[in-house]
Amino acid sequence: MKQFISFVKKEFHHILRDKRTLFILLGMPVVQILIFGFALTNEVKNSKIAVLDPSRDLSSISLTGQLDASRYFDIQEELHSYKDIGQAFREGKIKLAVVFPQNFERDLLHFNKAQVQLIADASDPNVATTLTNYATAVIMDFQNRITRNRKLPYTIDTEIRMLYNPQLKGAYTFVPGVMALVLMLVCTMMTAITVVREKENGTMEVMLVSPVKPLKIVMAKAVPYLLLSMVNIASILLLSVFVLDVPLRGSLALLAFGSILFTLTCLALGLLISSATSSQQTAMFISLIGLFLPTMMLSGFMFPIENMPLPLQVVSNLVPAKWYYRIAGAVMIKGLGFGAIWKEVLILSGMMVFLLVLSIKKFKIRLA
Amino acid sequence: MSSDVIISANNLTKIFGDFRAVDGISFEVHPGEIFGFLGANGAGKTTAMRMLCGLSMPSSGSATVAGFDVYKEPEKIKRSIGYMSQKFSLYEDLTIRENIRFYAGIYGKSDAFIKEKTAALLEQLHLRSEANKLVRSLPLGWKQKLAFSVAIFHEPRIVFLDEPTGGVDPVTRREFWNMIYAAAGAGITVFVTTHYMDEAEYCSRVSIMVDGKIEALDTPAGLKQSLNAASMDEVFLKLARKAVRSGD
Repeated sequence: MKQFISFVKKEFHHILRDKRTLFILLGMPVVQILIFGFALTNEVKNSKIAVLDPSRDLSSISLTGQLDASRYFDIQEELHSYKDIGQAFREGKIKLAVVFPQNFERDLLHFNKAQVQLIADASDPNVATTLTNYATAVIMDFQNRITRNRKLPYTIDTEIRMLYNPQLKGAYTFVPGVMALVLMLVCTMMTAITVVREKENGTMEVMLVSPVKPLKIVMAKAVPYLLLSMVNIASILLLSVFVLDVPLRGSLALLAFGSILFTLTCLALGLLISSATSSQQTAMFISLIGLFLPTMMLSGFMFPIENMPLPLQVVSNLVPAKWYYRIAGAVMIKGLGFGAIWKEVLILSGMMVFLLVLSIKKFKIRLA
Repeated sequence: MSSDVIISANNLTKIFGDFRAVDGISFEVHPGEIFGFLGANGAGKTTAMRMLCGLSMPSSGSATVAGFDVYKEPEKIKRSIGYMSQKFSLYEDLTIRENIRFYAGIYGKSDAFIKEKTAALLEQLHLRSEANKLVRSLPLGWKQKLAFSVAIFHEPRIVFLDEPTGGVDPVTRREFWNMIYAAAGAGITVFVTTHYMDEAEYCSRVSIMVDGKIEALDTPAGLKQSLNAASMDEVFLKLARKAVRSGD
């Protein structure tokens, strides 16, 4: 035990003396959360639009007013001819143009049918889709109001409730995602690097000639990074709850349990990488390209897995971050208990045990 | 095992694929000897040494170190030996005192032992005022002397040195060898690989490996006489010229 403590102490010295790395390790999650929270948002607010309204009647003006009043849109200019639309898009002044027909109100009242054209800048398809959806919703709302006074044979009113995230805040999805990314980075990459560094320096050899058991060396390396990850998780949660207003609905203990499980999986992965490589650069590259990217792409945090082609969906099952992301999301945002995530926990535990056994075995073989 | 043999190898062999890195070597080392293990790069010195230290399993043959079998009792061997690799092996980002503490700690030495011996060692190396400085700030020669002191800090019966003086100036090398003599005088058997021939002269006995086999084994004087050579350099060249393998 004393031996083990002196080992852990040494690892802490390594981490604490390397101020720059320590700063990055502790600062990175904070910066990521702030960037995702305030800068990178896929919510659409105050998008600039233009209106071409040749009819200028009561209805069209009223609808235009409603569009302008919504928080999604900001009417940038009133256009006067069809030609101006193309010009406005080319200049990048607007993302959406709303075009009324010549006699909007007359069509509406006399033929019971009027058309409004929505033209969107689809060079960014997601934004274009979102904007046309919002605009359509505003128009439907307007239509509902004018038809309320009349008798229609059939009407279906949709009433929408957004569960768990009524304001549709992006932060709800990226906070669990950033937690997965940060843990992956701190644990996998740093473990891999710190073990490989000892190989490079020749200190690993000296330790292997000593009576210390390889398992102890490995565990002593894991302890400080496990603690560091917990600090990171805590700072991410504090920031999310108090700065970004993301709720922590479920049990903190359950979330911590899931995080430790994922951290151990990452540590085992890092160890596996370290036994396959012999230079710090290679270890870093493998960690970044082999793990960081799949974590971003295939965990469901950036892109919905359901929309991916089948082979990718299958591959995504191998990404440990996917399961952790689901656990964190379910516990934090939905406030669900263990009953809802036992499957994910089981899969992640299986991965952890498999990777841990494999990496310790490989570690021993290499050193034997 | 007779009482005056501390390391013995019998037909010790290591094969990687179809490459016989170490090809059936046999020798004995006596307690308190400085045993020089010479050979060109790629001759198999390091592989042989790694097998004796328990870092690598022999493919065939037998060997005992400090009376323990390399196959069956590697853990006991590890407790009885010290090791210094050719890569200089202290932690640069730890202080001198922390390095000593750490390495002594992994051999399970008591706090009292460590404290007393650290003070004596720092005194002996004239490093007392530098004890709390990072190893990074020491000149290479000092690092190497410190690494050697750390390798024998836990008072092993045998210390293995793998090309310990690479890249060090002649004056420091001389001082380093004085430390080796002192260790041998204190009863520690020294097993050292080198390719500096002047260092070979300092050894009690020298073995010369060529292409995985031991070509010669005797005292430096004995070798010079039997090969009719004026210096160890000449001895080495005469033997190594037969080599088929080239270095690295």
